[in-house]
Amino acid sequence: MQPGMLATIQDLGRFGLQKFGVIVGGAMDSNSLRIANLLVGNSEGEGALEVTLFGTSLLFESDELIAITGGNLQPTVDGKEVPMWQPLFIRKGSVLKFKAAISGSRAYVSFSGGIQVPEVMGSKSTYIRAGIGGFQGRKLQKNDVFECNTRTESGEDLFNQLQKKTSYLSWSVHYTPFVTFKKTQTIRIIRGSEYERFDEECLKKFFSTPYTISTHSDRMGYRFEGEDVQLKEPFELLSEGVTFGTIQVPSNGQPIILMADCQTTGGYPKIGQVISADLPSLAQMQANDQVFFKEVTLEEAQWALIHQEKEMTNLAFGLSIKRLHQL
Amino acid sequence: MRNLLETIQIRPLSDSALVVQVGEGINEVTHTKVKTILNLLEKNPFNGFIEAVPAYNSVTVYYNPINVYFSNLEKGVQSPYENAKTKILSLMNQSNIADTTYNRLVKIPVAYGGEMGPDLEFVASYNGLTPSEVIKIHSSAQYLVYMLGFAPGFPFMGGMDKQIATPRKESPRLAIAPGSVGIAGSQTGIYPLETPGGWQIIGRTPSRLFLPEQSPPTLLQPGDRIQFVPISLEDYAKDLEVKSWE
Repeated sequence: MQPGMLATIQDLGRFGLQKFGVIVGGAMDSNSLRIANLLVGNSEGEGALEVTLFGTSLLFESDELIAITGGNLQPTVDGKEVPMWQPLFIRKGSVLKFKAAISGSRAYVSFSGGIQVPEVMGSKSTYIRAGIGGFQGRKLQKNDVFECNTRTESGEDLFNQLQKKTSYLSWSVHYTPFVTFKKTQTIRIIRGSEYERFDEECLKKFFSTPYTISTHSDRMGYRFEGEDVQLKEPFELLSEGVTFGTIQVPSNGQPIILMADCQTTGGYPKIGQVISADLPSLAQMQANDQVFFKEVTLEEAQWALIHQEKEMTNLAFGLSIKRLHQL
Repeated sequence: MRNLLETIQIRPLSDSALVVQVGEGINEVTHTKVKTILNLLEKNPFNGFIEAVPAYNSVTVYYNPINVYFSNLEKGVQSPYENAKTKILSLMNQSNIADTTYNRLVKIPVAYGGEMGPDLEFVASYNGLTPSEVIKIHSSAQYLVYMLGFAPGFPFMGGMDKQIATPRKESPRLAIAPGSVGIAGSQTGIYPLETPGGWQIIGRTPSRLFLPEQSPPTLLQPGDRIQFVPISLEDYAKDLEVKSWE
């Protein structure tokens, strides 16, 4: 294993412990993670590898069934390009390597059966600051070795089918209902709790001008550079719950969007909240990419999520039919 | 006994979370209401409820809108938010504010000053006191844990004497040792993990605040009262467990 820029183990997050200050964490692009798992016969919330931007490589010490989804980080096996968004059989001794991101910023590698690491407080997600979860509570390092659990029945079935194939599959998952990969995107938001406290001229600019993702952005938060957003008048806000997608504005007027590893509570005014259906696409953006914010209603946000969930259910069903009919 | 409904307001945080706003400011009456609401929700979770997070004057409720939607299909076309809100309001309507909540008193040993508390001298001179006066004032009060946040097990406490209030450092330290006891304005707190931070560090406790192998995973809970007990460096080195001070 070579870690590259950053590689961690993530699942859908650690729930039920925020009241103790324990963050949810989990995959930045949860839709790509779920699809990666579905492709190899895992339950959709299984832990997988989240690979960031470039340079990660893995040596396989046994035959494995994997899938690669998310941003296109140019995955190759033994130097040859491999397809994404479909199950792949990887022969023992092969090296999977990610060159660099040509779209998006994070790829997900699922392993049939799942990565064999213990669940800590109900999750395999790496929580680096607290040193828990994932692989020994930290990002992956050179020469780390991890094993996979026994494949599920459907995973084993897929493994056997693909082992016999001499070429890659002719199909792959159509991912656009779940995540998009563009350097400039319109991200939908709903009003934040303190929306009314912001200056009206500033709000107009907030919704009409682009914001650039700063290089000081990570799994905890995306900082933005753009038109100043100021309050009508300053006020004291007590700390309260914040979540993935909350857009806070500190006194310098430059918005920060809290991402998967955000803390559980915060005290900056909240101008808006990114809708859940658009979080995966936002999570795939990288420094210097541009975002336009568009307001939708809470009801529209919830319908968008329900619609996306229906698509995910259809996808899971479609994949199970494909397996039955020998891919 | 007053009805809870009279004191709350509900607003969305996201498409999967809402905030039950309870009164204003930082005070023990509001805190009791917050704890009552938290207990009610945890004991009577509605379909789709994920978790609730208490703060000074609010409880944030996380829910899965898809579960809420599918569990209410037969009841019409209300949005998941409206459904969750209705359920919370009816739960509050049936309940009264608890008169008393049980508070633990947890005594936390602290080695003050020196290497353990590099800012003790500054806190003293800022307030025109001697270091031992600061220690005496800091360790003679009881503090109420209102909420946990910032890092796992980090207590937001109220009740510190204004005589020792000191502003944050102008530039935050990059790494503060776990167990460090700090002052920021009129707040006091304890860093459970090594993190950056701008609080004035006056001492350090050998007690562990984040206990991932235990359930619950934190030494302190909202509603606990804590008191700091000065110990010597020698006692600190003996790695005293907090239990011996309870």
